[in-house]
Amino acid sequence: MNLNIFLQNLSNGISLGCLFALIAIGYTMVYGVLRLINFAHGDIFMMATFFVYYAIALFSLPWGVACLVAVVLAMLLGRTVERIAYKPLRNAPRISSLCSAIGMSFLLENFAIVVFGGRPKAFYRPEFFSKIFILGGVRIPGVNFITPIVSIIFLLILTYIVYRTKTGLAMRAISKDFDTAKLMGINLDRTISFTFILGSGLAAIGAVLWALRYPQIWPFMGVFPGWRAFIAAVIGGIGSIRGAMVGGFMVGLLTIMIVAFMPGLAGYKDAFIFIILIFVLLFKPEGIFGEE
Amino acid sequence: MKGKKKDYILLKIATILIIFIFIFIAQRSFDAYIIRILNLCGIYVILGVSLNLINGFTGQFSLGHAGFMAIGAYVSALLYTSPEIKEVNYFITPLIWPLNIIQIPFIFSLIMAGLVSAGVGFLVGAPCLRLKGDYLAIVTFGFSEIIRVLFCNLQSITNGPLGLKGLPSYTNLWWTWGIAIFTVWFIKNLINSSYGRALKSIREDEIAAEAMGVKLFYHKVLSFIVGAFFAGIAGALLGSLVMTIDPNTFSFFMTFQIIIIVVVGGLGSITGTVIVGALFAILMEVLRSVESPMSLFGLNIPGIPGMRMLLFSILLMIVVLFFHQGLMGTKEWSWEWLYKKLMGNKKEIEEGS
Repeated sequence: MNLNIFLQNLSNGISLGCLFALIAIGYTMVYGVLRLINFAHGDIFMMATFFVYYAIALFSLPWGVACLVAVVLAMLLGRTVERIAYKPLRNAPRISSLCSAIGMSFLLENFAIVVFGGRPKAFYRPEFFSKIFILGGVRIPGVNFITPIVSIIFLLILTYIVYRTKTGLAMRAISKDFDTAKLMGINLDRTISFTFILGSGLAAIGAVLWALRYPQIWPFMGVFPGWRAFIAAVIGGIGSIRGAMVGGFMVGLLTIMIVAFMPGLAGYKDAFIFIILIFVLLFKPEGIFGEE
Repeated sequence: MKGKKKDYILLKIATILIIFIFIFIAQRSFDAYIIRILNLCGIYVILGVSLNLINGFTGQFSLGHAGFMAIGAYVSALLYTSPEIKEVNYFITPLIWPLNIIQIPFIFSLIMAGLVSAGVGFLVGAPCLRLKGDYLAIVTFGFSEIIRVLFCNLQSITNGPLGLKGLPSYTNLWWTWGIAIFTVWFIKNLINSSYGRALKSIREDEIAAEAMGVKLFYHKVLSFIVGAFFAGIAGALLGSLVMTIDPNTFSFFMTFQIIIIVVVGGLGSITGTVIVGALFAILMEVLRSVESPMSLFGLNIPGIPGMRMLLFSILLMIVVLFFHQGLMGTKEWSWEWLYKKLMGNKKEIEEGS
């Protein structure tokens, strides 16, 4: 493998890692606040791409506006999911909320099949994103420039919200100690809803960038990005935002690099990620940045 | 009341006789489509009851059932198919040595399927059952995905993504219902033994159970192995019923269907699981009408593909949100209840006359 191909893979890995980081944050924040794996997160991700698709196809909105609309709709969807599926079960046994999360995920997928149809659809991408730039012999598609930039901007905004604002403080307080936070007069419902809105928004942004990279959308497209992002969150230490970012980068780079260095094992790349997950959970269940 | 401590032995024999006669008649005279649905009922009952042992009675939420089914399906298929069929199937990469000449009777291949699956259940369960709740769910899901990916890639053993085709059809109602009855009987006796009480105590409170001297690890692994054993057999039966095996059949979707059965039937109720398992198999077929176009009173209603699973997911959500207990909660149907029903009615008639 020469340097050029390595750099090409590196740029792919970095931009994929950014996407996983964006999605993983939704998992990690929800887990931090509610101690719940939001299985429906990957499906909100999927719905966001369909929102963009239909905003363009049915209402012929300009591309940028369609993306904005999709992000807002995805935020609303995230909040609705929380209200319907998780809020009534806040005091129920853990298994109930786990079932509810799995059920919600399948509900959204099947809803998408019924409403949007099971056939893959082509996602519109402006020319810039698929254009290939050649920098000193390294061929890099436009989307690989945009993804890291957009991701880093939103990750910075998120860090600001979580660490510098009052709502962020409330979120962190809830994830430290649910009951004490309640006693201190934090508005739980509003903070939890806000967490879901924030997570779903990031997932929607990730979804648009994902669809620009792989411009084909179908109802089960959220399953694998969702699982990989979740694994990223666990590797980084679930509940930790820094961990989700680092974990996302690692998983993204790893997925690309395994295929790049060992093409013979390409078929096994999903198994690799799960094996890493199992080892992390068995030997260091709190992850890299997690606190125990 | 004389029947208080009774074994209800006559009632049991009568019920089993009735079922046997029913199977006999059904296998002879029902048409193939209905027999297939009845077979699926039996398989779903085996799957539901075995998953309920892990998820409902022991309280360890496992999402790995599809993985065990896959193992069972492949192990049995590799053992019971004749070398000629294997040679036809493995036209890209030949099957490795000992497997390509072996052929053993169906029943032994079923037992092997169960045993191998239980063995893998031990290998997976022993390290993973230290984890609790959601973490266990993820790890078991990860395991079933790893199995699926492995089976998609190990060309010389599983024929990779091509799957196995043209398998002989051994599965009939005697197998599926017989094994389903055996599973229910076995797991019911397990639940009512001292093991079962230990399992339930783990579900209720692990720390208290450990303080009372229940060996946590031993009992958790035990329930995992028994669940895996029956899941493996059910996978083997399914493979021989549909006569083809595709590694992607055993995805999360399969586990999800079993989860629906267990949760809707009631986590911790064998009766509920049996009823819902059978109903699920029937409804899956009945609701096909929703997906195919039909004409009602001259109106042409187009079929909506995917509607079945949407209805099932809505059902699951309704049960999880509003009826935490499911259909039966942790209640069980008992022989005593049936006896009282039968005898009670008779008494009323006697008193009336």
